[in-house]
Amino acid sequence: MSYSEIERQWTTRLRRRFVRLLPPEKLLPDNQPTYVSSWIYVFGVTTLSALMVVIASGCVLAIRGPQWWHTSSVGHFVNSLHLWSVEIFFFAMVVHLWGKYFMAAWRGGRSITWMTGVVTFLVSIATAFTGYVSQSNFDSQWIATQAKDGINATGAGAYFNVLNMGQMLMWHIVLLPLVAVLLTALHVLLVRVKGVVPPFEEQAKVSA
Amino acid sequence: MSKKNFRPDVDAEPWKGGYSPYDIVKEATIALVVVALLTVVLAVFFGSPDDPAITIKTWSNATPVDFAVTALSELNGTSGVAQYGAPYNTGSSGQALGPLKLAKWVGVRIPVNTVTDFVIDPLKALPDQPLLTQALKQWKNASPSTRTSWVTNYTKASSTMTFANRQIVVNATNVGPVPLFIDDLTQMAQSGALDQALVTQAGFYTTDYTLPLLFLADGSYLANQAARQHLTGDQWGMMNETGNYPGQAWLWLYTFWYQVAPFNSSGNGDVLVWGLMMALSAGLLLTPFIPGLRSIPRKTRVYRLIWREHYQNVEES
Repeated sequence: MSYSEIERQWTTRLRRRFVRLLPPEKLLPDNQPTYVSSWIYVFGVTTLSALMVVIASGCVLAIRGPQWWHTSSVGHFVNSLHLWSVEIFFFAMVVHLWGKYFMAAWRGGRSITWMTGVVTFLVSIATAFTGYVSQSNFDSQWIATQAKDGINATGAGAYFNVLNMGQMLMWHIVLLPLVAVLLTALHVLLVRVKGVVPPFEEQAKVSA
Repeated sequence: MSKKNFRPDVDAEPWKGGYSPYDIVKEATIALVVVALLTVVLAVFFGSPDDPAITIKTWSNATPVDFAVTALSELNGTSGVAQYGAPYNTGSSGQALGPLKLAKWVGVRIPVNTVTDFVIDPLKALPDQPLLTQALKQWKNASPSTRTSWVTNYTKASSTMTFANRQIVVNATNVGPVPLFIDDLTQMAQSGALDQALVTQAGFYTTDYTLPLLFLADGSYLANQAARQHLTGDQWGMMNETGNYPGQAWLWLYTFWYQVAPFNSSGNGDVLVWGLMMALSAGLLLTPFIPGLRSIPRKTRVYRLIWREHYQNVEES
């Protein structure tokens, strides 16, 4: 194969474009601007860490099937890990979101980063909700029978039946986590491409 | 970009200041270990709730009259499901968001006929019941007006309904097979056979609990158990779960609207709350493009707390 043929390859072009957009030193930086020095930055990485624990504990629950945690003390403990990692995930995510709001983190061409974060938050709420209604216990019975009215009122209940445990479980363990993880990956990559938003320049006296 | 065209809530000058060493992999690893350990500690100390599911057997044995009254409401068309509308039936036009009748437009996609699905079909599944077989034949051969007359007469007398000697008793005349239906269905429920019949109507393998959950929700037993666990709508129940657990605390705003007018009193409350939450979510999503909303961070100056160290350095230099 000639040099020019390699140059014309889709693979070569895609790799070059990706590396130009996100060179290794941007993807895994060894330094950060000096303003990246606040406790608020911890909550982004905490959200990601909690997401990993959520997925890991969910995978363990999936191995033995949806009834296992009702009948096994080990299963119940894994369910507790799943529950509390979800609680940490949402706590960290909400603090991260408010922190980014008050930093106006969409500035400097970062609006898509902000929007992927918001959509990830909304998808995460839906993911957690489908988990609550597919627990197959009293909580899931009550939450599902109450939630159906809201969802049915929008017309969506015709296709998204919260009383159908099998359907909800599939959304919870396949469809929504897939979307949430892909959105999270995109969000993190966008943060790396654009960098962390700098502080407001207070000296500049300009109008909005 | 010239200073004149610079929009402080939209634009940000590239950073021209200093950089400090930052080990992102080390930070991520430490965060993961800390979060994992914290999760283990919380799981060990607090566990997670798992109250067993309520069955129709439990309900009908605990409060047989409530069960029988609910079964009658499925038969006479006054139950919540019978009058629900889409996606289950055409019992009502459903909720409307202004001129938008969203559920009605989508139509009946999960058909539920409360008479056949909750009463007649389950009774047909009972084996070796000559009297019941005769009663079902009588029901089948009767005209719609005769059936309505039987059910209406029984409903009128049902205020005196009692459960004695393991039987549902109502003193009523000209009611056809209705008393037998209600009594047999109650006994079927008490044996646990109705739970099974409602689940397996779609076949041997199923994970769809739409029918038994709708039947349970039509009675008052499930709601009474939920009220004891502070789970009803006016108890902020949508974000709670059984026991003293945080539940879905992130639904606080969604739950909040159900506590205040007009949402807590409107017949269209659900769709109004959903419409409002959709609008607020869109607002959050589009914040970077909404003048005023995107200026709040700059005007409130909360960012001074976040970048405290940075501004101290700027002021000192």
